[in-house]
Amino acid sequence: MAEPLVKKDDDRDDEADYSPFMGIEKGAVLQEARVFNDPQLDARRCSQVITKLLYLLNQGETFTKIEATEVFFAVTKLFQSKDTGLRRMVYLMIKELSPSADEVIIVTSSLMKDMNSKTDMYRANAIRVLCRITDGTLLTQIERYLKQAIVDKNPVVASAALVSGIHLLQTNPEIVKRWSNEVQEAVQSRAALVQFHALALLHQIRQNDRLAVSKLVTSLTRGSVRSPLAQCLLIRYTSQVIRESSVNTQTGERPFLDFLESCLRHKAEMVILEAARAITELSGVTSRELTPAITVLQLFLSSSKPVLRFAAVRTLNKVAMTHPLAVTNCNIDMESLISDQNRSIATLAITTLLKTGNESSVDRLMKQITNFMSDIADEFKIVVVEAIRSLCLKFPLKYRSLMNFLSSILREEGGFEYKKAIVDSIVILIKDIPEAKEGGLFHLCEFIEDCEFTYLSTQILHFLGNEGPKTSDPSKYIRYIYNRVILENATIRASAVSTLAKFGALIDSLKPRIFVLLRRCLYDSDDEVRDRATLYLNMLGGDGLVGETDKDVKEFLFGSLDVPLVNLETSLRNYEASEEPFDISTVPKEVKSQPHAEKKAPGKKPSGLGAPSSGPTSAGDAFEKLLSAIPEFSGFGKLFKSSAPVELTEAETEYAVNVVKHIYDGHVVFQYNCTNTIPEQLLENVTVFVDASEAEEFSEVASKPLKTLPYDSPGQSFVAFEKPEGVPAVGKFSNLLKFIVKEVDPSMGEADEEGVEDEYQLEDFEVVSADYMLKVGVSNFKHAWDNMGADCERVDEYGLGVRESLAEAVSAVINILGMQACEGTDVVPSNARSHTSLLSGVFIGNVKVLARISFGIDGPKQVAMKLAVRSEDQAVSDAIHEIVASG
Amino acid sequence: MESCPTVKSILLLDSEGKRVAVKYYTDDWSTHSAKLAFEKSVFTKTQKTNARNEAEIVMFDGYIVVYKFIQDLHFFLIGGDDENELILAAVLQGFFDAVGLLLRNNVDKKSALENLDLILLCLDEIVDRGIILETEGSVIAGKVATSGLDSAGSLTEQTISQALATAREHLARSLLK
Repeated sequence: MAEPLVKKDDDRDDEADYSPFMGIEKGAVLQEARVFNDPQLDARRCSQVITKLLYLLNQGETFTKIEATEVFFAVTKLFQSKDTGLRRMVYLMIKELSPSADEVIIVTSSLMKDMNSKTDMYRANAIRVLCRITDGTLLTQIERYLKQAIVDKNPVVASAALVSGIHLLQTNPEIVKRWSNEVQEAVQSRAALVQFHALALLHQIRQNDRLAVSKLVTSLTRGSVRSPLAQCLLIRYTSQVIRESSVNTQTGERPFLDFLESCLRHKAEMVILEAARAITELSGVTSRELTPAITVLQLFLSSSKPVLRFAAVRTLNKVAMTHPLAVTNCNIDMESLISDQNRSIATLAITTLLKTGNESSVDRLMKQITNFMSDIADEFKIVVVEAIRSLCLKFPLKYRSLMNFLSSILREEGGFEYKKAIVDSIVILIKDIPEAKEGGLFHLCEFIEDCEFTYLSTQILHFLGNEGPKTSDPSKYIRYIYNRVILENATIRASAVSTLAKFGALIDSLKPRIFVLLRRCLYDSDDEVRDRATLYLNMLGGDGLVGETDKDVKEFLFGSLDVPLVNLETSLRNYEASEEPFDISTVPKEVKSQPHAEKKAPGKKPSGLGAPSSGPTSAGDAFEKLLSAIPEFSGFGKLFKSSAPVELTEAETEYAVNVVKHIYDGHVVFQYNCTNTIPEQLLENVTVFVDASEAEEFSEVASKPLKTLPYDSPGQSFVAFEKPEGVPAVGKFSNLLKFIVKEVDPSMGEADEEGVEDEYQLEDFEVVSADYMLKVGVSNFKHAWDNMGADCERVDEYGLGVRESLAEAVSAVINILGMQACEGTDVVPSNARSHTSLLSGVFIGNVKVLARISFGIDGPKQVAMKLAVRSEDQAVSDAIHEIVASG
Repeated sequence: MESCPTVKSILLLDSEGKRVAVKYYTDDWSTHSAKLAFEKSVFTKTQKTNARNEAEIVMFDGYIVVYKFIQDLHFFLIGGDDENELILAAVLQGFFDAVGLLLRNNVDKKSALENLDLILLCLDEIVDRGIILETEGSVIAGKVATSGLDSAGSLTEQTISQALATAREHLARSLLK
């Protein structure tokens, strides 16, 4: 083994010398290819030239179209030679060149001659070449020979035809399907590989016919399949049949299971593995069914062959995700694999053990893993860290050793992703296991003393600011935080300043000391750091001024930003520097669902102000600006919410109209976005006549007509209603568009003097309770829920009747309420029988509302739900229940 | 898993990761540079391992790679991650054995390049566009050898008969099983 290394080092130059392709060059080889045209062919020379051409192609060299054609024509001349070796190279070359249809014709006759040759080798190869380069028309000509070849007594010829059939089935299925009799005969062949290829082709021919596949499997599982490869195929087909039939036979024995079990005793390891894997992947497999498969896999674990160990541990790892108990028997074998030379095997073994391990084995396991961690790649380490995190959540009592392990690997070398995985794990453990908090925070502090990743440092500082002050001795963290101010870059310094302020706000005894530290930061070289220090000093009253009230300070430091970041960003972009300071309360709080808005945009001409071009996030801003500019509406106060546009006309009608509902405390304004789609018309004095007879609590107070509406240039008409203050009044509105039509000569662009009055019926729309609800998410629902308290809680149960599915019922209720689903609870896992949705929103009058809804579905799709609402106002909590009760 | 076992690629690289002969059977790597990048990562990920006695295995990027080294040649066989590892290993072993027979156990980069025609024919006899044609090294070598390249002096009469004898022996053994 050492020999080649020595050779390489001693005469490196020589090594290059003895490559026969040294200094090979495409142009020269193409020149050499002229020997193919010699009247007296030198077979050996020709073979060498072809090898050179193939070498070039193999190294990634490409031939131009002309070069390829030239070589191809030259190569076809070589069919004259009787030399078998050369003929093989010719076959290879033709396949590599993959000639075009008109070129194929040149070689067809030669290849067909070879297909009927007495030499088996010629027959087999000619079939493969011809089927590779042929198209459908030629195929019908050679079909007869191919059918014969499938049942040829020479296995090589039969296999060549069958494999070609498998490929041709993709392009010419109707032809290949005609061969099924011959293929069926070939399945019974005594030659192992012929049987394998025939079975593969037969199954592909019949794969869409479930009954035929089932019959095929039934007959073959009884008979004798000789080749291990064919047996593997049969196992795959069998599990397909089991998968499709298990639906019908819910009870009783699983069909073909005995066949799979018998395959576990097959002499070929590949068959055993295939069968074991098939059993573990059965849907709803029981532990009794698993046992024999696990047993053979366990034997593989101690094999001398790495591939076998890998295959076994990979399969067991998958089983451990669903049936951890079934795998525990293998734990001892698995533990010895931790030190396996092959790191893939070792990693799989460890993660399997972490899934199946019990509380008592954790300590031992951690010791073994520690030795192993140093010599695996980061991507494996991340897998291990994640497995340890879930183990720790499973056995919270073992947090000490697991936390120690995490902190020790945190100190070692590693890339960002790896370190981030560790930090995230520690943070999760601190949150979930209260006892782990002090130790965990300390480990994180140690880590930021020497951390090269700014992102992780700021993340930890933020976390420390929230959690540190609540520990028994907060003062010990100050040193670590202030060190950051001295040693780190501006980003980290700024977050360290914020963290210091948080300590100061919560712990009065530390305040004076924090002030000293913050004052030092006033001389920092970075603007942001100085600004933050000044801000916090003022806020906490460090400059002898009276600080703001305690509650405000805490709210400012710890409260979550109650506006979506995207909205804030757009508002800030739109803000123009002026005397007037930026007011964060003007930022819309509504979480607009982006895809919804995008779906509406295409196909529609700009349908009014603030619509498609300006994007959904700034729409609220634009509306507010637009409305406040209209004197009639300026006295309505602050705009609470603007709905998404509701279409009032069918697509592609003469006039396209949609309405946006603007909700104020005591008013609603309907903004009708109108578009005239007739080039020959100009509309004037466009108004909407609204019949509010089905909306009793509303009374019309103002209407603002649209002066002119030329072709393809949208305009708005407004109607305002008064409604009882702060009440979520609902009602239905029917609409009639009234206007004066003037004929326009499109070529001149001038309108007639005279116009005709006309009207156009629009569809009805409703103001619903959801219009009074702003979708405002909360980041931590449980926290918000607990803070809200049960003072204004109302709980009730409702039957929703028969529903299509649980998911449909959940989304219907969420839509009726118009609230924001938190923590992804709007998504119902498939097959779930029950589900809990957490919703939050702001109701008219700026009342925060939280709702927790538990849904349940029973057999005949009857859905029931329990709705618990908490808000700051009992009346609002009741109102939410009203919505559901009436919806 | 209803499909036929398939091979995605066979690579024969030298001890520096350079190509001796490669075959790709899928469009997973559509460009030349994608292929070279894949070869490089396969080579570097396996470089430090000892795959000289038993075939080794590694899984990354959704591929299973089984491999075996001899002298300055690295044999790789690549399949999808849902493939039966032992089938892939059997094909690799067939390739490895066949090359051993064809090069008369003098398997290194130099003789592989000198007999590149045999290596290419060998690959052609193992896998046809992803479908396994044959896994038995002696049978593969036998098929390549019957092409009568002895005129080129690559194989002596003896090796062919040797190969055929081994093939016969294997056949007998598989019948006895």
